[in-house]
Amino acid sequence: MKRLQLLMGMPITVEILDANATEADIERVFAYFRSIDETFSNYKEESEISKINRGELAEEASSDAVKTILALGEQTRQETQGYFDIEHDGLIDPSGIVKGWAIFQAAQLLKEAGFVNFYIDAGGDIQVAGTNNGHPWRIGIRNPFNRTENVKVLAITDKGVATSGTAIRGQHVYNPHQPEKPIQDIVSLTVIGPDVYEADRFATAAFAMGKRGIYFLEQLAGFEGYMIDYSARATYTSGFERFVLSDDKIS
Amino acid sequence: MKKTVVSAILIGIFVLYCFLHAQAAPVAIVPTATPTSRSSSSSTPTPTLTATPGTTPTPGATSPSGSTYKNGTYTGNVADAQWGVVQIQVVIQNGKITSVQFLQYPNERNRSVQINSYADPILINEAIQAQSTKVDIVSGATDTSNAFIQSLSNALSQAQA
Repeated sequence: MKRLQLLMGMPITVEILDANATEADIERVFAYFRSIDETFSNYKEESEISKINRGELAEEASSDAVKTILALGEQTRQETQGYFDIEHDGLIDPSGIVKGWAIFQAAQLLKEAGFVNFYIDAGGDIQVAGTNNGHPWRIGIRNPFNRTENVKVLAITDKGVATSGTAIRGQHVYNPHQPEKPIQDIVSLTVIGPDVYEADRFATAAFAMGKRGIYFLEQLAGFEGYMIDYSARATYTSGFERFVLSDDKIS
Repeated sequence: MKKTVVSAILIGIFVLYCFLHAQAAPVAIVPTATPTSRSSSSSTPTPTLTATPGTTPTPGATSPSGSTYKNGTYTGNVADAQWGVVQIQVVIQNGKITSVQFLQYPNERNRSVQINSYADPILINEAIQAQSTKVDIVSGATDTSNAFIQSLSNALSQAQA
């Protein structure tokens, strides 16, 4: 059973292959994403994050979920040499960490309900569990220069895959100290991690590092990365190839 | 009076020389002590010290029998220490090490650069190529909201500081 909804400004797809899956099971996942959006959205005036940013709610008085995200954001900032930061100009924008965390938690909901073979894809960040009828899930890495193509096909079981990039709307990350000099050296960075939360946060941070990001990932145990630069060349970590499904391996 | 002053100075210099010479001697007894302590917590390799004597030795008199070193100044090869490179110069006098100097050693300032140069050969580079294999899911970038860009830019500005 496979369902898609547009939530949090992105398409979210849930597919459960286990035979006993029902509409209600998938609806619980979407309801969870809606509740996350209500709590964390910067675009919703009544969200806790908006209240904190307006000074109407003290961080200490916020919900456990918000406290957890703030703590995870701080932990990630420390683990990424400051390249990941949910706070700027005194305001909190936790979207960079909420997404991966929410997908991971949603996958936990399905596991606790007893499901074994499924995936959740929120805007291209993916948690897979089990297999697709006995073979690993096949995840394509989208060509940032041509949305209809994949440039790599991965065979993934029980892991998270996340991609950070600038391709879709053509926007660029820039350095505020040199705004006239956009950081254009990389366009897409895909990370395979132990789960989607880990993959997403390190994809975001490593992307912000520019070309250095792939070396950061190389040093990180349990993570592999595939970086595409503006000249349409890719650089990948030394263990990445283990997950690659080449055309001649397909039966 | 002048003679006394000159004599005193000469004696002083001689005492100082003896003192410095005595200081230098213990280093010779434990050749690796100096580099090990200088390198502190980093993974500076000691092999550099025992590595082949450098390209520009300035040999003095051959050391007496029983000694393992020839007099001269030796520049070791550049050794990869994972976080950077290490190059050491040793001075041998009377067959003993009297001076150990780091010509190059890793430091925090150039650490990230060194990580790059070390990791470079491991990583693989290729031209991207469209794949025909059918896939179940596609991973691609969506995180291009203004908030995301702002947060990243802010982090970048801090990382520059």
